Amino acid sequence: MISGAEIMVKCLELEGVEIAFGYPGAAICPFYDFLYRSGIRHVLVREEQNAAHAASGYARSAGKPGVCIATSGPGATNLITGIATAYMDSIPLVAITGQVNSELLGRDVFQEADITGACEPFTKHSYLVKRAEDLPRVFKEAFHIASTGRPGPVLIDVPVDVQQAEIPEFHYPEKAQIIGYKPRTQGHAMQIRKAVQAIAQAKRPILCCGGGVVLAGAREELIAFAKKSGIPVCATMMGIGVVPMDSPHYLGMIGMHGRTSANRSMKEADLVVLCGARVGDRAVSAPQQIAEKALVIHIDIDPAEIGKNMPVDIPIVGDIRQVLCALTEEVENNVPQEWLDRTLEYKNSYPARGEPQEHSVEPRVFIRDLSAMMEENAILVADVGENQIWCARNFNVKEGRFLTSGGLGTMGYSVPAAIGAKLAKPHRQVVAVCGDGSFQMSMCELGTLCQEGVAVKIIVMENGVLGMVKEFQDRLYGRRHMATVLNGNPDFVQLAQAYGIPAARAESNAQAKELARRMLDEPGPFLLVCRVDPEVPSI
Amino acid sequence: MKYTLSVLVENQPGVLSKVSGLFARRGFNIDSLAVGVTEHPEISRMTIVVNGDEYIVEQVEKQLNKVIPVIKVKVLQPEAFISRELSLIKVNCSTKQRLEIMQIAQLMNAEIVDVTTNSLTLQLAATTDQTETCLSLLHPFGIKEICRAGTIALEKGSGVTAPSQKN
Repeated sequence: MISGAEIMVKCLELEGVEIAFGYPGAAICPFYDFLYRSGIRHVLVREEQNAAHAASGYARSAGKPGVCIATSGPGATNLITGIATAYMDSIPLVAITGQVNSELLGRDVFQEADITGACEPFTKHSYLVKRAEDLPRVFKEAFHIASTGRPGPVLIDVPVDVQQAEIPEFHYPEKAQIIGYKPRTQGHAMQIRKAVQAIAQAKRPILCCGGGVVLAGAREELIAFAKKSGIPVCATMMGIGVVPMDSPHYLGMIGMHGRTSANRSMKEADLVVLCGARVGDRAVSAPQQIAEKALVIHIDIDPAEIGKNMPVDIPIVGDIRQVLCALTEEVENNVPQEWLDRTLEYKNSYPARGEPQEHSVEPRVFIRDLSAMMEENAILVADVGENQIWCARNFNVKEGRFLTSGGLGTMGYSVPAAIGAKLAKPHRQVVAVCGDGSFQMSMCELGTLCQEGVAVKIIVMENGVLGMVKEFQDRLYGRRHMATVLNGNPDFVQLAQAYGIPAARAESNAQAKELARRMLDEPGPFLLVCRVDPEVPSI
Repeated sequence: MKYTLSVLVENQPGVLSKVSGLFARRGFNIDSLAVGVTEHPEISRMTIVVNGDEYIVEQVEKQLNKVIPVIKVKVLQPEAFISRELSLIKVNCSTKQRLEIMQIAQLMNAEIVDVTTNSLTLQLAATTDQTETCLSLLHPFGIKEICRAGTIALEKGSGVTAPSQKN
């Protein structure tokens, strides 16, 4: 005989899960009892939301689904923000929650929450498992759904009695068979031909790459396509890092907080090739206007994204890698020199902003310095707020990664996500950059960092304000700084030291540079506080 | 404009909430939704009537296809399908009026399923238009209660909407 809980652990092992992030509770205890006897490493976070963020950082860094675990009721509801964050950025997660006894479901008993119901809008799929016999199929399907097609989080809710139930045998299915789930991977040949023709005729083409390129592992293919076609490239925030910032034909990030040069080029284009970008409002504020002027080719694995936010002339549904390979084979470089010159002129007419400061740290300058210091394959995790924009605009991703909560914009994401990213790639430098607002949303995770000995470096840009909101108040609300001043900050250096984490404070750019060197050389974790002038804008 | 969608789904708990939740979340308006099992007991068919434009119906179709237990979505072409709506109509009816209402029932192909001294209950299976006509004819007598099931529809001809694959 084998119990449901043991089956759950066996399924994880058979899926090759090495690390799971979680927080236990009564309704998930049977499962934890078998986790105790398994080789899977469990990372105990300090709050469940961070288990989901850490699993998300892990998934993005490892390229396979991250696993997070919580108990029923508040444990499960705390996970929601993390699950929603992963959903908006299409990150493969398998979230496992304990549930009250199935016979008590619906009676509002202690720590009961309808988590599959609550997570409906934020999950790719969810299961409430009523029989232990169903567990192997459910786990197989969950990992398959989470990691294929357009990735996303899948929730498995298991009542405690299902975990305890014993069944005669365990058999793990080799393949998931879901009648209604067959993502299309191959691009339609005729659509690809049409796209090639459109590219050949374009006078002012531009390529816009989004997070889908990263998710598809199509970085090399995109660079090859851009090179052969000669089309200049811009990126959405989630597409940062696909093309290195110093490539000659890279125009930078588009959008509300993007480069003016990239936005101008996009507006003047007569052909826009969207690759794995969902055209969110922060990336493209007026998609109709662009589509009126330009022919739009949209490549995405999710057919529902095509035409959702922007009218499209040539839709190509399929795996971006395959589609780009097919396109690269056919295209020729027909881009008029005049257009290239114009985009480069735009690019060069907006130089990077900020001057090094002596009495505070100019964050934009510092991020550029940090970028130059970090290893080629380093992972930078940006939080949400001004710090995110400073990083997005000034950090040069070479062979590494840029991770951030782009879709949901969840403050507090960076520290737990960096922990997950580092555990997936222990030999890479991983730096989390946050503000004093976002850091305080997940600073309890310093405990996790210590307990697990994760060598994540944390930079806190301390300006004493919730800077991004303050910017809105400055521009649109008569500079009335309602609830955006942080007066109760602790001494973050002392706080880190209380955890036994080495820490230092920088009061100038020169000092910040020096301390960053020390931070990167440190074998373990390190916390660097940068004193930032609250008037420094995000862009 | 109204669009009629025929949607095959896996017959399992929670599917209806996944589908109706999707409509609410994305701001799509449902005119009616009817669901029942098909010739395959593990598959149910939902007939959904949506009010919207071409953009909306395309989005509805694509978003429905993303719901994992949804097997097939078909937007039925106008004039190419048969649709029926079942209604139970309880109408005021004195003994004197009975004959007149029975005539309307006969005219509209409605069946009388319950009679009392002061009321008649009609059962009508008809298109939405016919149902509206019947209701307007009964209106002068005073309608006490109506219960209408959502529209159900099948494509005309011998072809079937097979549960083979998503579009």
